[in-house]
Amino acid sequence: MSKPIVATASLAGCFGCHMSILDIDDRILQLIELVEFNKSPINDIKTFTKQCDIGIIEGGCCNTENIHVLKDFRKNCKILISLGECAIMGGLPAMRNGIPVKECLEEAYLDGPTVGQNTERIMPNDPELPIILDKVYPLHEIVKIDYYLPGCAPRADLIWNAVVALVTGDEMKLPYELIKFD
Amino acid sequence: MFIKHITGNLIKLSFMKEKIISIIGKFGKNSGRLMDILIEVQSEFGCVSEEAVTIIASELGISEADVVQTRSFYHFFTEKPLGKYAVYLNNSVVSGFFGMDEVVDEFENQTGIKFGGTSPDGLVSLKFTACIGMSDQEPAALINSVVFTNLNREKVRQIVADMRAGKPVEDMFSDYGDGNNAHPLVKSMVKNNIRKAGPVTLGDYTLGTGLSKAMEKTSDSVIQEVRDSNLRGRGGAGFPTGLKWTFCAREQGDRYVLCNADEGEPGTFKDRVLLTERAHMMFEGMVIAGYAIGAKEGILYLRAEYHYLKEFMAHVLEDMRNKNLLGNNILGKGFNFDIRVQFGAGAYVCGEESALIESSEGKRGEPRNRPPFPVQKGYNNKPTIINNVETFCSVVKIIENGGEWYRKMGTEESSGTKLLSISGDCQNPGVYEVEWGMTINEMLKMVGAENVQAVQVAGPSGFTVPPSQFNRKIAIEDLATGGSMIVIGNHRNIIKDVVYNFMEFFEDESCGSCVTCRSFNMILTKQIKKFIEGRAIKSDIDNIKAWGEIMRKTSRCGLGQTSANPVSSTIDNFRELYENRAKELDYQSDFDIEKSIIESCEAVGREPNIHE
Repeated sequence: MSKPIVATASLAGCFGCHMSILDIDDRILQLIELVEFNKSPINDIKTFTKQCDIGIIEGGCCNTENIHVLKDFRKNCKILISLGECAIMGGLPAMRNGIPVKECLEEAYLDGPTVGQNTERIMPNDPELPIILDKVYPLHEIVKIDYYLPGCAPRADLIWNAVVALVTGDEMKLPYELIKFD
Repeated sequence: MFIKHITGNLIKLSFMKEKIISIIGKFGKNSGRLMDILIEVQSEFGCVSEEAVTIIASELGISEADVVQTRSFYHFFTEKPLGKYAVYLNNSVVSGFFGMDEVVDEFENQTGIKFGGTSPDGLVSLKFTACIGMSDQEPAALINSVVFTNLNREKVRQIVADMRAGKPVEDMFSDYGDGNNAHPLVKSMVKNNIRKAGPVTLGDYTLGTGLSKAMEKTSDSVIQEVRDSNLRGRGGAGFPTGLKWTFCAREQGDRYVLCNADEGEPGTFKDRVLLTERAHMMFEGMVIAGYAIGAKEGILYLRAEYHYLKEFMAHVLEDMRNKNLLGNNILGKGFNFDIRVQFGAGAYVCGEESALIESSEGKRGEPRNRPPFPVQKGYNNKPTIINNVETFCSVVKIIENGGEWYRKMGTEESSGTKLLSISGDCQNPGVYEVEWGMTINEMLKMVGAENVQAVQVAGPSGFTVPPSQFNRKIAIEDLATGGSMIVIGNHRNIIKDVVYNFMEFFEDESCGSCVTCRSFNMILTKQIKKFIEGRAIKSDIDNIKAWGEIMRKTSRCGLGQTSANPVSSTIDNFRELYENRAKELDYQSDFDIEKSIIESCEAVGREPNIHE
């Protein structure tokens, strides 16, 4: 029987959740016995080359590129998992949600204390660039999400237990410590 | 430096400072009276401005943040000046039933501004407010704290014309309500609408009989009499009153008696009637309680919406002092007890007893963690009992006629009578004193209601009772209620007219302390809107019910513990209303990419073209 195929991506996140995936330490050797990886920053495969079983996504959606990638994942994965605070609720990037996007851009590119020489007062507007959305959206507001793994970042054991449970079909081990954050 | 005064004139900062200092002096420079200070500053200057905050903080020796956090909590305090006439229109369910939309439309047409705004000439501000305790005479509004009831287009036109003519609000009408509403110190158009008087709170009452009888007994036997009566709290929670008093009496230190007149549960107005017609009785009950638990001080916490009763309350207290029923050496028995009135400033959550205590201490009305309970550490961290207006009134009769007499009325577990505030789709809205145990069917017959789709028992935080359950009893053991009964006729849209209104109310009134209450009330409101707009899917129904359950389990006080009830109760009893509006879809997104990029494309100056 062929191994289940996993794809991962980081959208408007900090890659912390992916670091947490790597935090499974030597179990990564067991992982490659259990599953095959397709599109993912871990193996640097940039585009889907086949239909996948599990898509794991870190980060929310802050621009059109994020939306595109997320929809691509939904199309190509049977099961989609929101991984971490930003994917589930928007997280830190969503702190801009209460502020008009125009003000955010002006602060970032024109008026902020760390802005250097921008004498022409240009804001990035090349047609090649992804377009910033009015606010940061959690994944489940854009596509259907099947599972949520909370945490900032979610603990490696939580990710490991979830993937193993999905692959083996066993009930997921979910001790309180894995989802206790204070 | 000059500041704009409520009269529209510019005033000197130094004048403002002088005025505020004199207000603070009136309250003994006591930061515990911050609420009273802010109320007077707001009424004097039409706002509590940044400048006022600085002066108050430095005079009271507290930080500006302390002043700002209290100011920002209550919706009758504003940072920016309101118009000369501040209109607060009630947007509760019953107001919506009886023509609020037309009143809104007419106010906006006549003034040329939208609700939420102030006219450029500073003449009028239009604002919405939660239930102001007039559900039997809606739509109603407060204009500069004066109550206007039964509003319609014509009345609004006249009111706005009077505003333009500069008429004082109290001169805009001369038809006063019945009973004490016409008292020279009240002069209000509010009607009592007492439809049925019973033997306890609305029956015959002779001032002082209960108190003199109480003072012939020992404190312990007064408490015992109350325990024998089986009286349970009339605010809605139904805690045994005598037991509460016992707990408090056995604590050490100064004790306090607080009366909860923050009647904020939408659809409730029975305390309004007691405050108007039975103020002496309520205060007498407080004195009896003070004697029973050994307290020297009492506080009546009165909601800001009933500010029109301020002078009258002061008059009643003075009258009782003159008759030696209050103050020093009461009835010559060496017992000292006095009462002050503490006004709120518009916050539903202050009806929760620990929030009410915080507010009485001049702070944000955020509920406390329990234990310790108020009977252990209440007002100023001293043992405190808090009872509802109706509870105190009942106590007077219990002492007068005995616990045994009282217990014969009502049901086994809910003794005595209950005041019901009945409003909505019925012929005779008003206050009814009935024995506990009446069924909803009997109640509907009593008020003349037909073609009833549901009855909202105990307000938004209560239950939406369907006709199949109209044989249930109004009693603490079955349908517990603080008295709010809203009759919902067949022609109403329950989800839109009732549930959505209730959820918006809770979203506004959550104090924000608990994460789930702060966010889930907002999320549930949005979800209900999806049903109204036809954007919901089947799985939303069970989801919102489950989320409500999480909020119930994880909120500190009764607000968050019950605020999902409108949703869960209607899903339980009227599920088809939700099913009919939900799509048979596995998933649906409300996200609109075209809309979401307009703002940023405009900001940076690029074409909103999406390359998929």
